[in-house]
Formats: sequence, C-alpha cells, structure tokens
Amino acid sequence: MASSATTSRHDRSQPQRLAQGGLIDRQRAIRFNFDGTTYTGYSGDTVASALLANGVVLTGRSFKYHRPRGILGAGSEEPNALIELRTGGRREPNTKATTAELFEGLEAKSQNRWPSLGFDVLSINSVLSPIFVAGFYYKTFMWPAALWEKLYEPAIRRAAGLGRAADAADPDLYEKATAHADVLVIGGGPAGLMAALAAARSGKRIVLVDEQAALGGRAIDDGAMIEGAPASKWAHAVEEELSGMPEVTILRRTTVFGTYDGGTYAAIERVSDHLAETPGHLPRQRLWRIVAKRVVLASGATERPIVFGDNDRPGVMLAGAVRSFINRYGVVPGNRVVVFTSNDYGATTVTDLVRAGANVVALVDSRPEVSEAVAAVAGQAGIKLLTGAVVTRALGRKRVSGAVVRTQTGVEIRLPCDLIAVSGGWNPNIQLTTHLGAKPVWNDTLHCFVPGSLPPAMSLGGAVKGDFSLHIALSSGAAAGASAVAANEPFAIPIPRAENESDRTAPLWRVQKPAGKAFVDFQNDVTAKDIELAEREGFRAVEHLKRYTTLGMATDQGRTANVNALAIMAEITGRTIPQTGITVARPPYVPVAVGALAGHHRGKNFKPARLPPSYKWAREQGAVCVETGLWLRPSYFPRKGETDWLQTVTREVNTVRSAVGICDVSTLGKVDVQGSDAALFLDHVYMNNLKSLPIGKARYGGMLREDGVLFDDGTIARFGEHHYFVTTTTANAVKALQHMEYCSQWLWPELDVQIISATEQWAQYAVAGPKSRELLQKIVDPEFDISDAGFPYLQVGEITVCGGIKARLFRLSFSGERAYEIGVPARYGDALIRKLWEAGQEFGCCAYGTEALGVMRIEKGHISGPELNGNTTPHDLGLGGMVSQSKNFVGCVLGTRPGMLDPNRPVLTGFRPVNASARLRSGALLLSRSADATPESDDGYLTSVAYSPSNGHWIGLGLLKHGRDRTGEIVRAYDPVRGGDTLVEVVKPVFVDPEGVRVRG
Amino acid sequence: MRIACPYCGERSLDEYLYSGDATVRRPEPSSANAAADFYSYVYERANPPGKHRELWYHAAGCHAWLVVTRDVSTHIITSVELARDVALPSDTAVRETA
Repeated sequence: MASSATTSRHDRSQPQRLAQGGLIDRQRAIRFNFDGTTYTGYSGDTVASALLANGVVLTGRSFKYHRPRGILGAGSEEPNALIELRTGGRREPNTKATTAELFEGLEAKSQNRWPSLGFDVLSINSVLSPIFVAGFYYKTFMWPAALWEKLYEPAIRRAAGLGRAADAADPDLYEKATAHADVLVIGGGPAGLMAALAAARSGKRIVLVDEQAALGGRAIDDGAMIEGAPASKWAHAVEEELSGMPEVTILRRTTVFGTYDGGTYAAIERVSDHLAETPGHLPRQRLWRIVAKRVVLASGATERPIVFGDNDRPGVMLAGAVRSFINRYGVVPGNRVVVFTSNDYGATTVTDLVRAGANVVALVDSRPEVSEAVAAVAGQAGIKLLTGAVVTRALGRKRVSGAVVRTQTGVEIRLPCDLIAVSGGWNPNIQLTTHLGAKPVWNDTLHCFVPGSLPPAMSLGGAVKGDFSLHIALSSGAAAGASAVAANEPFAIPIPRAENESDRTAPLWRVQKPAGKAFVDFQNDVTAKDIELAEREGFRAVEHLKRYTTLGMATDQGRTANVNALAIMAEITGRTIPQTGITVARPPYVPVAVGALAGHHRGKNFKPARLPPSYKWAREQGAVCVETGLWLRPSYFPRKGETDWLQTVTREVNTVRSAVGICDVSTLGKVDVQGSDAALFLDHVYMNNLKSLPIGKARYGGMLREDGVLFDDGTIARFGEHHYFVTTTTANAVKALQHMEYCSQWLWPELDVQIISATEQWAQYAVAGPKSRELLQKIVDPEFDISDAGFPYLQVGEITVCGGIKARLFRLSFSGERAYEIGVPARYGDALIRKLWEAGQEFGCCAYGTEALGVMRIEKGHISGPELNGNTTPHDLGLGGMVSQSKNFVGCVLGTRPGMLDPNRPVLTGFRPVNASARLRSGALLLSRSADATPESDDGYLTSVAYSPSNGHWIGLGLLKHGRDRTGEIVRAYDPVRGGDTLVEVVKPVFVDPEGVRVRG
Repeated sequence: MRIACPYCGERSLDEYLYSGDATVRRPEPSSANAAADFYSYVYERANPPGKHRELWYHAAGCHAWLVVTRDVSTHIITSVELARDVALPSDTAVRETA
C-alpha cells in the first residue's frame, strides 16, 4: 500500500490535512474564499479537497428539499457539491467542487440557499415534502392553469433550482480544434496508460485523453503500488515515455463527452479553468473533434452509493472518494468513521483510513459472510466487523453525528461517527459505448452493466470492461492497445507488477425499512419512496420512471443514481434488472459550456462578412451599409445636410432617373457555363426558351423548382457558341449554383457542360440613368462602339476599358432607365469604381445603394425576394408568358397542375394609396373594401412598398386574388399589427415608364 | 459522420449537404403518365430502415454530387459514388468500400 503511513496532521489551519502523501504541493499554499470565509489549501487541491482539509463538509443545499448537502464523490460523478465559481461575466454555476482545481484567490459560493447556507428559509420544503413527491409538478399546480406562468413557475423556479447563470457576457475565448488519430485512448488510468504505451510503441499516431490534471486514474486514488512504487510515480514515468514519442499527444484535463458516427469523438479540454486568469494567448476551454481509426475506451468505473435513511447528510461519502481524498489530496475527510459496504472495497477503505489516522468505528458489511482477508483487515486494525449488517440511517443534520446499524440479528445500535464511507459496488463508465444506440448488458457476477455491442473500431480496457482489479486492468489495457495497432504479439510490453485488490461484491441497492428519506438521485432529490410511488401509479418502465420522478435528468446524468433506481424498481416489481430496463446515455457525458461549442463563432465572427469590391471606396464616400446575407452592402450614401435616409434615397433615385448613378451589383450570383451542350443544359434549367438567344445578347430568365414554384431569376448572357454567363439573385447565389450542379451531375450527366461560380471573380457595377452611356464613353476604350445602334438594349460584349483592361459590358436595366452593367476582374474593382466616379462628376453622377435600387425596382414592377417567396409561380408574377410549353425543363410538369394555374391564386398587382399622403406598409393584408377583416376575406397582401420619388407618393406591389381584373378598384390594406387600415387603388404593377421606352434610350 | 468523397477523401459531415433519395429518378416529361410520375417523384418517399441510397453534395469541398449508401439505423456508410457515374447509363460498377 501507499508509502507514507502517518497519523500526524500537518497544519492547524487545515485540521484534516495529512502531513504527507497526495499529489499536492505543500510548498505552495493557496488562499481561496468560500461563502465569504477565506481558507488555505495547496496547489493540486480541488475546491472539495481544500474544503475538506479545512473541516468544511456542508457545501450546498439540495435542489428540491433544500437539505444540507456535502461532498459525496471526488470526481466528475459528483451530484451534490455544486458551487458557483468566480464572479461577474465569468460566474459559472453548478460547478462540481470535486473537479474545480484550486487557484489563488478563487471565489466560490454555495448554491440554492437563502439567506445563508447554515440557515436556509426554504428548507421548510423538506417539512412540506409530502407535496413535493414525484410528479408534484403535475399534481399540485394543476389548477387554475392560467396561474402557471405568473405564479407557479416563477415560485418553483426560485424554490427549486441550482445556480445562477452569469449576467454579463463571457469575457473569455474558447476555441475548437481537430485531431486525427490512429488510436484514441480515452482514460489515463492504469488501463489507458498501458493501452497508450502498447499502441504508441508501434509508432502510430496516438491521442491519450484524461479528465484529471494528473494521469494515473483510480490507481492514484486507491494509493496503489505499481512496480513497487506509488502509482503516481509509475504514471509519471509512463507519461514521460509517451511525451517523448513524436506521434503521441496527451490531453490532460480533457473529457471525451460524446461518441459520434464515423469514429468521431468530441472532447472538452479545460485549458485555463485551473488558473486564476486565462493568459491572453490561451483559450479558457478548447473543444476537440477527434477522428480516430481505432479507439481504446478505458473510462473506468463509478462507485454506487447505497440507499439508506438520510444517506444524503454531509459526511456520507463514497468509499472510493474517501480514499481519493486520502491518497490523491492528503486529506482525511473524517475522524470517526463507519464504513458501510457490500463488497471487498470496504476493507481496503478501512486500511487507508487507519493509515491516515482516522478512528474507524466499524466495518459494516451487508454480506453475512466475508472472506478471511476482509476479516483479517478488521482484525489487524482492531475494529468492529459487523457482517450481515446494514446502516439504516445517518444521524445528524448539517454533519453526520452517527450511524444507526441494524445487525444481522435485527438489533439496531447507534455508532457515533462523523463520516460514513459507503460502497455499493462499481458501475463501469459505459456511457461512451451507448451514445450510438448500443445497449449494455447486465453481468450477474459483477452486478453491474458492462458494454454490450460497441461502436465500430472501439475496444475496451480496464474497469469499463469489468476488469476492476489493478493487475488485470493493466494487462487488459495493454491488450486493447496492442490489438488497436494490430500488434502481432498482444503482450509485447511487459505488464508491471501490481497487487490485485479483490473485487468480490454482493448486490445491495437499498436498505429495507430505512428511517428518514433515502435518496437515490441526490442532485434531483429523488428518493426510494418516489420510485415506489411511481411504480404504484404505473410508471414502471424505466423511461417513464425517469420522466415521472426526474431521476437521472440532472447535470450528472444520474451517474450515481441510475443503476440503484433500476434495481429498486426491479425489486419492487419482482423482475430482474435486465427485465426492468437498461440505462443508456446521450452526449454530453459532462456538462459543456455553450461558449465552448460556439468557439470563435461569436458576435461578428459568427459568420464571415463578404465585402463587395467597392466597399472601401463606399466607406470613404460615407455609405451606410446593410447586411444582406453574408454581404455587407452600401444601403445609401448620405450627403452633407441630409438628415434622413428617405431624403438621401429620394435624391439618389431622382439622380438616376434624371442623370446617372452607379451601384455595386457584384453580389449577384455569377455562374460561368461552358460546353458544347451549354445551350441545351440551360434550356433544362430555365423555364424560358434560351436556344434562340443569339451570341452577344442577354435575356431575362427564371428557374423553377421541380414542383413548379419559381425559385430564382436573373439574366443569361451568351458570349460564344458554347459560352454563357448567367446571374442569380444575391440571396440564392449559392443555392442556384448547387441546383445547376445537381442538374448537370445527376439529372443530365450526359451533357457536355461545365459550370463554375464566378461571383468572386468579377466586380460588376450598374451604371444607370439617361447619361449612363455618356459616362461609360469616358472609360470604354474607343475601338468599342457603344452607341445605341452598336450596343442596343440587351446587348452584351467583351470589351476593354481604361486602356486595355479586360471587361464585360451588359446593357441591362433593373431601374427601368437606360442602364449598363460593367464587369471587370475583381482585382480592378476598386480602381473601376473610382474611375466611374471620377468620370461621372461632370454628369452629376451619384452613388446609390440597395435602398434606391429597391425603390426603383418597385417603381418598375420588377420582382425580388419578397415576391420570390417560395410559393409563387411564374403565372402569379406575370411571367407566365415566358414559360416554354414545348421543352423539358425543371418544373415543366408539376408547374402545369391545375392548382398552380388556378385563376383564384393571388397575382402580382400594383397599389397606390387613395390618400396620396398615406404611407403603405409591406405585409398589410388586402381585403375588399366592404369586407370584414376575417380570414375568409383575405385576398392577399402587400409584398413590397416604397416611397416613390417619381410619383410623389407611396407605392406598393402585392399579391391579390384576381388582381389583373381589378384595376381601378379600391381595396383595404389592413395592417392590424401596426394599427393600419388604408384604402388603396389597384393599379398595374408598373409606376414608371410603362411602355419601356427609356431602357432603349 | 464522415463521408469519403471520391475526389477529396474522407471529410467530416459538416462539409456536406444531404439532399434526399437517390433511388428515385426523374421521369420523362413527355410520357403519358408524366403528371402522376412526377407527383410520385417529387412527393412520395418510402422511409425504410437499413441501407439507403441517398444524394449528398460536397458543398464545402469540390461541389461533387454523391450517391452515398448509408444504413439509416447505424449511419454506417458502405459506398460513396459520384452521382454522375451512377446516373450515366454506361455505369455498371458499384464501388463497395466497406
């Protein structure tokens, strides 16, 4: 056993601290604060071990009954000792005191108590407990239902609950990382270390992950000797050896919390949680995605409590945790101890306690007969061995003061003590084997669930497999590691010598006829009686039991509770445990901060910002920008003296309609389509006929979905026999390209066509207005004829500008004015916008943004996003005439279904207010003038509205039933949400130049 | 989940988009039953357990459309093929990778 047997205590200020032993550094004292009192611990402590060293056992109040609670475990299974750590934006509720490492100046608070931990007003809940039994939410607060939101829920939330979330933004950084491993070893205990060593010697890439600060796992907690030295020394030597191998990565303070498909595992690394402040260059935590060809799971086991009366009193502790505190932290958590067990682990716990100088009052073993070895331990220690006996109740309130023991003969005796160390046996940590849906199997010898079928490429080593004894765990880990790298000789590395502790156990889930509350799930305050109640009320299936009692649904996922609960239900219903059910888990195995899942993707970093080519220039011009998808586009360009965006936009529209304006339209999706079948391909993709499009011309086109709904629109320009260049809307650029690739690769793969996105490659500017040609004349190289005769409406051409720069010119108009789009390779984008601006000064040119663009398209009746709403057909939007009747294209069949051509469908219509000063609002419902505002009288709605500078009043586009036949009718634009009810006149959906003269110049 | 793109190699799920059933093929619009065929093609789907052939798109990669054979109960992928190869009439070989 461990080397440093001693009975002397170290330090008056830490009365429970041992003089020697543990992985703590006694040279480095650390001061910390718990609930306003300052204590001292050592480097290497957790908050739990430091509190215990100081004799503090009361750490919190329970979830529902506000019962005093202490520390039950010593690791991430801890259900009780949840604290609020740190302050301000770093405040972190529900942190396990058993995993929070101590740092200088740490501040922690107990949770769920008011006004103080010692005196908690709401502990009255404990007296009122008959109304707080399982299902109390469903039963007690039933009526009147209206009070739920206002009264019951807030009151319950205050009374029952855990910590408070931080109320300020988290100032720390989190990051994500990916690792690829030949072998991922999960768990750095004896089995995991052996697995890593065996696998690493193959030279393959190994990632070893362990939850704790120090490798060694249970061997350190149990104070084991390996190769004649303390386990920590052996673990350290293995770590040294592994660290020297170039292909080995060791991640400490890292928990693998999820198994995913394809050998993908998620892990959370607590990079800086153990530090007072996160160093600037480090994240607080790092989320790992580890992709592994093979996995060795060596996740160990978690000890079970035994369910007896008042088994939640501070000072009732798992035996394994008692040993952890003694051996890992040099803290003895009590001075007079009763050890209560159903297995041989009780005796080894006695040995550790005696060595640590505690007075062991009795070893209470529920088995009528124990082995000679167990009897010998009790004999040597000179302590009372009570076989066939059970602890029925813990005495004391804020700290255990005694244990009531029912002896084999049924006599109850009271044993004064301040610590009850409990072991009900061990449950393998099988959670990661069940995340993909595999079911564990019950082992009748070991009395626990062991993994059943495993995720692909996973093997097991150590206690998770049921190999609880140290020597066997070491060899099963080595074998798993060797087989993971397909080593020929499975025991190629020597197995170190170690003592085998006996793992003999007998099942004991609960003590019959306990006095007081007997807790099964400590964190959610579920008692054995709640399980009996659930059974009586018919919630016998394990999934029902869980939901009815909330068992296992707290932040610890019921790691100390689930098997006991299942066993108790089995016992009540007279079934076996496997008949009763199984416990499986979902990720995450430990709570994971949302900040870690987000990583760097916060605030402005959530999505990248795409900047159009003219962005820098536009900012210089004072542009106000707007996010459109990922793009940051100029919205409008206010000038000095303009006080209101509408004033600016009106000026921009008037300038374009009377002179000339320039606008960055590079955000439109641009797709280059080439190949000998390009024309045929586009005919399949677009609803209109494109075969007849001559080289050097552009045409407006629409794409349908296969169900006949209009999906996207844009222009198709033909630059050559086999070369087309098409644009999509900004919003659908990605989806439209994806759709075209779907068509070319899956629907019509026999066509010779190549498609590539050119959105980023071309900077493209609209130059619009009566003087647009004159402006362009200034920059287009003189050998290109852009006169109306040489370059008429819908002409396209490859030209050069500014003395030989390659460019493309398109005579297209979204505004309804004479207009062009000019494209240059994106690297010239900034230069071109400056040239256009400079050249435009003499024509009174303005820059315009998305607002003016939108106003002008509404004035012209062009459709955009609000009309392309995923419900509308070409017919609805007045484009029915463009739809080819004779070719095979996406949507050609289902677009002709009767419902798609139903004359009752709302169609694109224009609107103007009867009262010219009235404002229109998009989204307003359209009703007949005389109709009541009922759902039945809904005739459509306004899709897009704008103040039209060209008309001097508001205008709107909308979808109206029979809209084309209702020109001149007055209808209601009814907008109850914003209190609007405006009379509008139905007009044709074009408010400027209805004959289309201007675009032709 | 990991999908082995024939062009790019094995990549993580978040590079791909799922896009439905690869067992249905677009009917011929000129056929006499086109309306019913297209209705079935667009809307009617079986949801069987076990192996399923489905379309995926390597959106954050090479933009290849893929036919992935995946067991929808276990997510185990047994083959990944280029959709183009599957769709072309000349294609015969199904490359089993598992």
